[in-house]
Amino acid sequence: MTTPHQQQGAPVASYSSPIPVRKAHLGDALASEWTKIRSVRSTIWTLSVMAVLIVGIGLLIAVALNSSEADIANEQVLFFGFFGVLLASVCVMTLGVLTVASEYGTGMIRTTLTACPSRSRVLTAKALVFFLVVFVSTLVLTLVVGALQVSILDTAKAPTNEEWFRSTFGVSFFLASLGLLSLAVGVLIRHSAGAITAMIGVVLLPMVVAMFLAVESLAKVQEALFDYSIPNQLGVLYTDAGVDSGPQGWEPVWIMTAVAAAALAGAYAVLNSRDV
Amino acid sequence: MTRSRWGWRMIEAVGLTKRYGAKTAVYNLSFQVRPGTVTGFLGPNGAGKSTTMRMILGLDTPTEGKVTIGGLPFRQTPNAPRQVGALLDAKAVHGGRSARNHLLSLAQLSGIPARRVDEVLGVVGLQDVARKRSKGFSLGMGQRLGIAAALLGDPQVLLFDEPVNGLDPEGILWVRNLMKRLASEGRTVFVSSHLMSEMALTADHLIVIGRGQLLADMSVTDFISTNSADFARVRTPDGEPQSREKLSAALSGAGAQVLTEPDGALRVTGLPLPRISDLAHGSDVRLWELSPHRASLEEAYMRMTQGAVDYRSTVDQKAGLTQQPQPGFGAPRQQIPEVPQQGFYAPPPPGSYAGAPAAAQAAPTAAAPADPTKPEDPR
Repeated sequence: MTTPHQQQGAPVASYSSPIPVRKAHLGDALASEWTKIRSVRSTIWTLSVMAVLIVGIGLLIAVALNSSEADIANEQVLFFGFFGVLLASVCVMTLGVLTVASEYGTGMIRTTLTACPSRSRVLTAKALVFFLVVFVSTLVLTLVVGALQVSILDTAKAPTNEEWFRSTFGVSFFLASLGLLSLAVGVLIRHSAGAITAMIGVVLLPMVVAMFLAVESLAKVQEALFDYSIPNQLGVLYTDAGVDSGPQGWEPVWIMTAVAAAALAGAYAVLNSRDV
Repeated sequence: MTRSRWGWRMIEAVGLTKRYGAKTAVYNLSFQVRPGTVTGFLGPNGAGKSTTMRMILGLDTPTEGKVTIGGLPFRQTPNAPRQVGALLDAKAVHGGRSARNHLLSLAQLSGIPARRVDEVLGVVGLQDVARKRSKGFSLGMGQRLGIAAALLGDPQVLLFDEPVNGLDPEGILWVRNLMKRLASEGRTVFVSSHLMSEMALTADHLIVIGRGQLLADMSVTDFISTNSADFARVRTPDGEPQSREKLSAALSGAGAQVLTEPDGALRVTGLPLPRISDLAHGSDVRLWELSPHRASLEEAYMRMTQGAVDYRSTVDQKAGLTQQPQPGFGAPRQQIPEVPQQGFYAPPPPGSYAGAPAAAQAAPTAAAPADPTKPEDPR
């Protein structure tokens, strides 16, 4: 028998890599997640569709209003970007879910967690990279469509700086947080189609339920459901003129950030304790 | 004591147990995998090999017990890919990503530069398809990609789960030589497989499990000699069943175990050839054949694990396809049942299941699951 370990007197020459080993850190995981998110087609597709929706619908509304001679002198012009962004939220949610759930679907998650056993580090990197990608692209798109709308609808009053800030930076932050919520739901559900359906339910159900709650005794519930529904909160970010109940001003951003943070906390707990 | 000598590179499982609800996948598994050798990890389908691999890699948390690599649980290793490389599942990749980007994302996780990615792509022979999406890869190409991922960090410990699945003969030879070379460089190589012939050529040491429990932990040669199904094939003249029965009775009376093969020959264990010949002569039976039969690793393995096989195939009767015969259209065809496969192997020696012979077990700290009350294998 020639197995070296049985020759107790002669331990094998130990192998150690000529390249020194250093500790892996979050920066490594961020680089890795950036490679991952830019190297799959679903990212390119969802972001392209998102660009088409935000810019396309925003422009369409502006052009239509411009030719209809409607009285828009007192309108907050940037609000006309709302519809495009609302539809684009579906793309953001899809991308957020896919960032995680596609790893579960393909089994890639086992490879990832073998290469980086710190699960929190993987999730943090995923969340950061995804948030930045969505935030930056939404910011660019809302700025572009806002500028186009203001230049087309030049009869309306010019938006204030505060209005500009909230309907670009605020909306982008809101949308990216909504995406983070989807990402966390993706971790919890681990199944792409299931998680996307759940997220669309989260966006649409409160409004739909509110419509059917036309009962006198439930009027308060109906109003709350409507006020805190995601489409309404997004609208409030553009303009809260005439809004006297529910979130106002910057509140939708804080609410969405808090919800996303809570969901992410759940995702961290589940990911760290669950078998992969 | 082993810690200092083997330092970083030893895999050590102590009392590893994993339950999924009521099902126990792995029970009280203790073993050590040492550097410098290829250690084969064998077991029937569903024996718990993959579960054990996943627990070593921290993907599954053991219900009880623990497993460490170089003294540390895998999830606490500071830079996993530089210390432990693993191929768990060739299909565990995102098919929409190119081979190079897949490896690049893994390399970046531990700060490995991109030129190392191109290097390992060359090592596994995938440089020509590096920019192709891995969705279109064959199983063999997927295995090569998985091996590339394991080699990325030039690790001291390597785990491979069924690495030769789907590879062509050239690829199998390559993997075999790769494993041996990695081990000869002083690395720890732990390979699971159910291809016995492959393990016989590759591995120096074997860890065999069945139904989640340790069956054997010993060198390949020890394994074969301990579990060998060596037997003598004895053939009496065809057409004389009475003489076969006579001999069979005489042999059993002398303490041998006698099994009948499908073609009528006898498998005799427990008696040396001259003694069989003498007995045949004494009972006045002519012999057409008296031949020794040495076991291969495969037979030794089948013999050891036959009590621990979860999924056993049966003969496909195709009864679900044929229509019920209409009455009056001739008698239904007689199905001749084939001799079941399991009858081909001599029964295991008493206590070989669960009471794994602890001969080559280098006294792990925790009690090995070998049951001391079981009688030692007489051979």
